Amino acid sequence: MSLMNITKKEIKELLTASTIVPIVVIALLFASMGNIMGGFMEEAEEKPKIGVISEDSGKFAGMAMYVLEENAEIIYNGTDIQDGIAHATENGGAAVLNIPANFSYNIENNITGTINVVWIMRGVGMMDSVSSGVVEGLIQSINNYISQDLIVEKTGMDPYHIQNPTVKEETIMFKDKEMEGISPSVLGGMLASQSIMLPIVTMMLIMMAGGAIISSMGMEKEDKTLETLLTLPIKRSTIVTGKLIGAASVGLFMAVIYMLGYGYYMQSLQTAELNLADYGLGLGFIDYVLVGISLFLALIAGLSLSLLLGTFAKNYKSAQTLLFPVTALAIIPMFVFMFTDVGNLPLLFRGVMYAIPFSHPIIAMRSLMFGDYTIVIGGILYSAIFSIVMVAVVVWIFNSDRLITGRIGKKEGVLDKLSR
Amino acid sequence: MLNRMIEVEGLIKKYGKFTAVDGVSFDVKRSEIFGLIGPNGAGKTTTLRVLSTLLRITGGKVSIAGINLEKKPEDIRKIISYLPEDAGAYKNLTGREYLEFMAKFFDGGRKTRRIVKKGIEIADLDERIDDKVDTYSKGMKRRLLVGRALMIEPKLAILDEPTSGLDVINAREVRQIIKGYAKDGTTILLSSHNMLEVEFLCDRISLIAEGKIVESGRPDQLKERYGAENIEEVFTKVVK
Repeated sequence: MSLMNITKKEIKELLTASTIVPIVVIALLFASMGNIMGGFMEEAEEKPKIGVISEDSGKFAGMAMYVLEENAEIIYNGTDIQDGIAHATENGGAAVLNIPANFSYNIENNITGTINVVWIMRGVGMMDSVSSGVVEGLIQSINNYISQDLIVEKTGMDPYHIQNPTVKEETIMFKDKEMEGISPSVLGGMLASQSIMLPIVTMMLIMMAGGAIISSMGMEKEDKTLETLLTLPIKRSTIVTGKLIGAASVGLFMAVIYMLGYGYYMQSLQTAELNLADYGLGLGFIDYVLVGISLFLALIAGLSLSLLLGTFAKNYKSAQTLLFPVTALAIIPMFVFMFTDVGNLPLLFRGVMYAIPFSHPIIAMRSLMFGDYTIVIGGILYSAIFSIVMVAVVVWIFNSDRLITGRIGKKEGVLDKLSR
Repeated sequence: MLNRMIEVEGLIKKYGKFTAVDGVSFDVKRSEIFGLIGPNGAGKTTTLRVLSTLLRITGGKVSIAGINLEKKPEDIRKIISYLPEDAGAYKNLTGREYLEFMAKFFDGGRKTRRIVKKGIEIADLDERIDDKVDTYSKGMKRRLLVGRALMIEPKLAILDEPTSGLDVINAREVRQIIKGYAKDGTTILLSSHNMLEVEFLCDRISLIAEGKIVESGRPDQLKERYGAENIEEVFTKVVK
């Protein structure tokens, strides 16, 4: 009854319009970015609009025209270059291609043929060059098409064999697993894209829930409500538990809103679905349960650490400053594991990563793909012990004079100075 | 023995090397209104915080309703209500929600609704009781907090500057309410800088200075002892 009462109060205090609106706005921003990115992706897949001025009626110019007609939307096909540029500019064209009169003659006589390209540039942003990349691809297709014809004509051999005299058959050996028909860069890309969400979810959960509980402590101090709360007929451990559950609920709610927007954004970037299970890297039901436990314990560890830091807060503002160590501990593993695996780190850094409880859900996800359960169970046990110790320290502080007097010992500590 | 609600013997409270309360002893009878008065930094609030189970004692012995404070603080919290001097309420809750939140911790068989009704009566905020605490004036917040402290009809109410921030009319009303509660059996331990309030309310008072009790007695006894017209004069003579 008391626990539910405290938890409800925490949620009411923390879940206000001023806390929800910024998260919703960020989620909407991500969703809008997803829409824009999705638009660019579609544009990259669409046929580019181009203008063509062909001054050559020879065989190779005809082949070039064939490739262009098949793979592009020709919005101008004439003889005047200035007219072509004006037309392409008005109608959203990416470029005007000019095939000069000597194009076929030169190629037939072992001289490189030239295609003059006039780019219609509309901006300097990363996405403004999408259509130019597609036109570059068109020119490469023309090259391939003409070279294949030349190979057949000059040698009578199979052009595919001439262009690809060797072929690789590759196998990856990684952590006692043998994966055929895939390169390390493709595998790395697949794993990164599949496991990028978990580090971000972990970081967001820790930051949102940690921020909520530290704010709660800061507000109790600023609004002078803590003294009254501590004289109520409830166990101090109940107050701590109520705060943990309340902040976890609020943090979870905020993280879900955030991830909805972020998930939409990420979805818009995905071009092809690759199945890790095809390479023996899929996760089973038990694996997902273990990842869930690991994530839950990381959340509890983050919350208890945040609550511990929150006890040093003098007010709401100082509480936000005290959130910095938790934020840093949540961001570091996310970035490190985006670039490498824990096993590839130098011993000291590996120890640091293992010591941060927020690393373990990310490590768990990757380790389970390779059937390494020892490190996952170890991580779960470590996070559980870390959480228990933190909660015990917080309850001890709640039972001491610390919250009222603002100090445990005689000397002022770093956190005391930071919290002012 | 059974007639005493509070028994304090040689209470010492230190913060590091600084001694805030230095061997204070006093007792308070049941249904009595007892006042602790003294200059700023004398140790009044520290004493009240110790009795409210907020601070642990460094030395001495304290018992409330026969319960040892050091051994069973949880039991003491069931029978006391503490109103700190600069207390606040949760600003994102309405006045009613705040009282409901507090009442639920004391709902030992009695209906929460009845306790809250009592709190609303004392707070006397009319329709503003359903507004968020964040929109209240200082005086409104104080009335809400007084309502919160007394609505549970505690055996012992520890009130630090109960009328702080209230205007004359509201302060008078709150004093009458406190008197009424004492008549109904609640023991009141209060601290105040307002000597008129102390004289009006308290059956007995203790003057505290530099962590020590320097004088105790009924207001009329003290006035007679120091040949003073009021407690303010007594206070000035004793402290100087």
